[in-house]
Amino acid sequence: MPISTEPLVVNIGPQHPSTHGVFRMRVTLDGERITDAEMIIGYLHRSMEKLAEERTWTQNIPFTDRMDYLAAMTGNLSYCLAVEKLAGIEVPERAQYLRVIFAELQRIASHAMANGTFVNDCGAWQTPLFYMFREREKILDLFEMTCGARLTTNYMRIGGVAFDLPDEFMPGLRALLDELPDRIGEYEQLLMDNEILLMRGRDVGVLSPETAINASMSGPMLRGSGVAWDIRKADPYCVYDRMEFEIPVGHNGDCYDRFTVRMEEVRQSVRIIEQAVPQLPPGSHCADVPLNLRPPEGEVYSRIESPKGEIGFYLVSDGGPHPYRWHVRSPSLINLSALREMVVGQTVADAIVTLGSIDINVGEVDR
Amino acid sequence: MPILSPWYDFRDLGNAAARLADALRDIDAPEGVVYALVGLLGAVGVLLFVGLTTLVNIWVERRLIGRMQVRRGPNRLGPFGLLQPVADAIKLMQKEALTPRLADGLVFTLAPVVIFIPAILAFAVLPWGEKMVLADLNVGVLYLLALGSTNSLIVFMAGYASNNKYALLGAMRVIAMLISYEIPGVLSLLAVVAFTGTMSLSGIVDFQANYWSWLLFFQPLALVIFLLGSTVELNRSPADIAEAESEIIAGYHIEYSGMKWGLFYAVELVNSIAISAVIASLFLGGWWTFGLEEFVPGWLIFIGKIYACYFLLIWFRGTLPRFRVDQLMAFAWKFLLPMALVNILLVALEITVWEEFDLSAGAVLPVFAVVNFALAGALVAGWARVMAAQFERFPRRARLVPDIDVPLPAEGGGHAARAAV
Amino acid sequence: MAAATKRLAGPEVAERIEAAVPGAAEEVVEGWVQVRPERLVEVARFLRDDRALDARYLASLCAVDRYDWFEVVYHLASLSHNHEFVLKARAAHDDPLLPSVASVWMGADLQEREAYDLMGIRFEGHPTLKRLFLWEGFPGHPLRKDFLAMPGGFSPGLQRFPKEEPGQWGGEFRAD
Repeated sequence: MPISTEPLVVNIGPQHPSTHGVFRMRVTLDGERITDAEMIIGYLHRSMEKLAEERTWTQNIPFTDRMDYLAAMTGNLSYCLAVEKLAGIEVPERAQYLRVIFAELQRIASHAMANGTFVNDCGAWQTPLFYMFREREKILDLFEMTCGARLTTNYMRIGGVAFDLPDEFMPGLRALLDELPDRIGEYEQLLMDNEILLMRGRDVGVLSPETAINASMSGPMLRGSGVAWDIRKADPYCVYDRMEFEIPVGHNGDCYDRFTVRMEEVRQSVRIIEQAVPQLPPGSHCADVPLNLRPPEGEVYSRIESPKGEIGFYLVSDGGPHPYRWHVRSPSLINLSALREMVVGQTVADAIVTLGSIDINVGEVDR
Repeated sequence: MPILSPWYDFRDLGNAAARLADALRDIDAPEGVVYALVGLLGAVGVLLFVGLTTLVNIWVERRLIGRMQVRRGPNRLGPFGLLQPVADAIKLMQKEALTPRLADGLVFTLAPVVIFIPAILAFAVLPWGEKMVLADLNVGVLYLLALGSTNSLIVFMAGYASNNKYALLGAMRVIAMLISYEIPGVLSLLAVVAFTGTMSLSGIVDFQANYWSWLLFFQPLALVIFLLGSTVELNRSPADIAEAESEIIAGYHIEYSGMKWGLFYAVELVNSIAISAVIASLFLGGWWTFGLEEFVPGWLIFIGKIYACYFLLIWFRGTLPRFRVDQLMAFAWKFLLPMALVNILLVALEITVWEEFDLSAGAVLPVFAVVNFALAGALVAGWARVMAAQFERFPRRARLVPDIDVPLPAEGGGHAARAAV
Repeated sequence: MAAATKRLAGPEVAERIEAAVPGAAEEVVEGWVQVRPERLVEVARFLRDDRALDARYLASLCAVDRYDWFEVVYHLASLSHNHEFVLKARAAHDDPLLPSVASVWMGADLQEREAYDLMGIRFEGHPTLKRLFLWEGFPGHPLRKDFLAMPGGFSPGLQRFPKEEPGQWGGEFRAD
């Protein structure tokens, strides 16, 4: 009697502990090997782009919090920079330094979450996650001290930042910066020399540099594949051109490389903050921008380096108080372009690990 | 039946059974009845231990894992969270235990019940004291291994009957995994049996008592192999792929809820204690501890050793990430199996040397200990290096670049290969 | 310290495009080059493979509804030369159709699906042109200017908005 086999179609998600949000992947399995993977998103689509067309330019800043809710500061920053470019607004220097400090703090917090959940996807039962959350908690406390919110900070304004630093901020920041390098060393010792993590991450989800560039990858995905590209170096915004830091680059383009790139980026962020804090000039924290801001007719595309990748805003203005077109170039969505290439041919466990290493945030994917 | 009466010597729990047997024989009960009732008393004692230990283990595991994760464990219910297991039990009992409509009802409901049977049966052969064994089988080790292999069948029952693709994936993984890890486990215990010359657990403990040392010193490699093999057999981290929560969300027991799930959870704990008890009696001397059992009751020391092994298992769980299925198979077949075979070869050599030349134990055993330890260390380190060579092709850290640098593609076509980094 | 990314002006890019694919550029403005839809894929391939322009990186693909026509804006960048420029392509408002550049840049795949889903622009030659965010069978394309979201429900495809007067708001940035 002839034996036939049938491929198994399994849904990973939308409810799943490891898909980082409501994300669904329909995989066709042959035993444990994936032969085809299809991605189905839109579970968190909130039509932000349409809603933004009915609100003023300043009223749209809270939308940028809620897109990538784990990196709200950089979302805010990207949008405010785009509007300032469109309207030709000059930002005072103190505000620029504050922006850099908060963007880098947000990078540390987001990477702590990304790496913690990556190791969780590899199966480590949240132990490294809890360790990394210690630092993230301190950073979120600093955010709350300054702008009142931990996650959806809504801190950047068009022309500067919303509030100046309270008195308790600097001692808290100093304490955090003093203990961070030791902690990162601890994580490296616990995780990066861990054989099992090496086995789970090496040669899993490999992305070659040509594919990465062709698929518009950005952020740690691109750098993990060996492409030395960072917008903070290529197109410096705020005061990044005065900061000295290096870009970590991976060797093989696999999950383990992205993990080490993120870990190293946290170190470089600490370095940047250490340079920015003594250079912080006195002055006003926000330029004088009218409430009914009406940028001239035109369009702008401006991008920054968020923890997830290149977040860009394409804004079209018709001279009115509302945007004509408000489009987000979201890194999480575009980083998913190569998911199928990376996942086909691996096992289900590897697919989960790969998805974890892409570090998507479904709020940003779906907007 | 008074168990804790004032004239009862609690250092040997068999006294109560002996008193019961005497009392029954005084009233001229037939031998069968005496045997059955004494056995029943012993079984009740074992079941009491199993039940209590389940409750205690829930608390111990959660608190300890919490401590390893820089947080406290449960601390709301009762002082130090001690009533947490009671609350868990009550919660699970009052939950609705769903059975999916298309699941195979009988097998589905039977699986969590049946999985408890081998777990409890394993406690029958454990030596709690010098004469405190419920069933002193002279094939104790073989009996334990046989019980271990029924686990795979029952887990497959649970996974298959659930009518769920995730459960099926989990069940298939489990079968492959448990069958692969039987062999190194059996071979490592074979080395122990060959060394001590007896398969009965109380006999092995007596061997350790006679030669005044623990088998750990003579068979470190067997201990390591058995420990790792058991971690996998127990479906615990780093090998909990059967119920890998972050991948196939609970695998074979994904469709179970309420007390049916509670039974799966409890049996994992009971199994852990059973395996810890086996390790404690085979390798750590059971109730015998260099003469300490004169002062402290032997069975208390035994329970202490059980919890020491259990702590080790919890430590593994809290620290290590999970293996992938094929890596786990590779670990069993390419790493543990060759080492187990080498170990048996070595044991056979040693036993032959010992018997042939009729050497005294005092002269020969320390030599064996040193040689075994040295060989274990060398084998593990060397073989691991060989096996892990392919993962070390690239450096383990990212390299730092001072400025952006993206070279153009090589001449001759848009997607020509990029030069080596 | 790295210099900032250079923004190439429209005429500069148009010159090189004309040299390679004559007749492709429809309109050349300071900020962008508008390309004929039928030559779009050829131009895209040329831009990607050319050593000097080296547009191997598609930064963003965005669709805009301009009442009388749709336009799709391509922001292209070169990581090696660190410059960027803008390409645009127009499509008719009724039944918009454009060739797909997903075969040239893999990153365009998801973004074109998004443009189809939300704006209704169909891309010819796209491997799987399905809706991305909204469910199959959703009536209409929400980001269009004539898609009205009414409170309490939606009724797609109502009358088009009267076109707003250019300059009705004053047109300059007032600092008061």
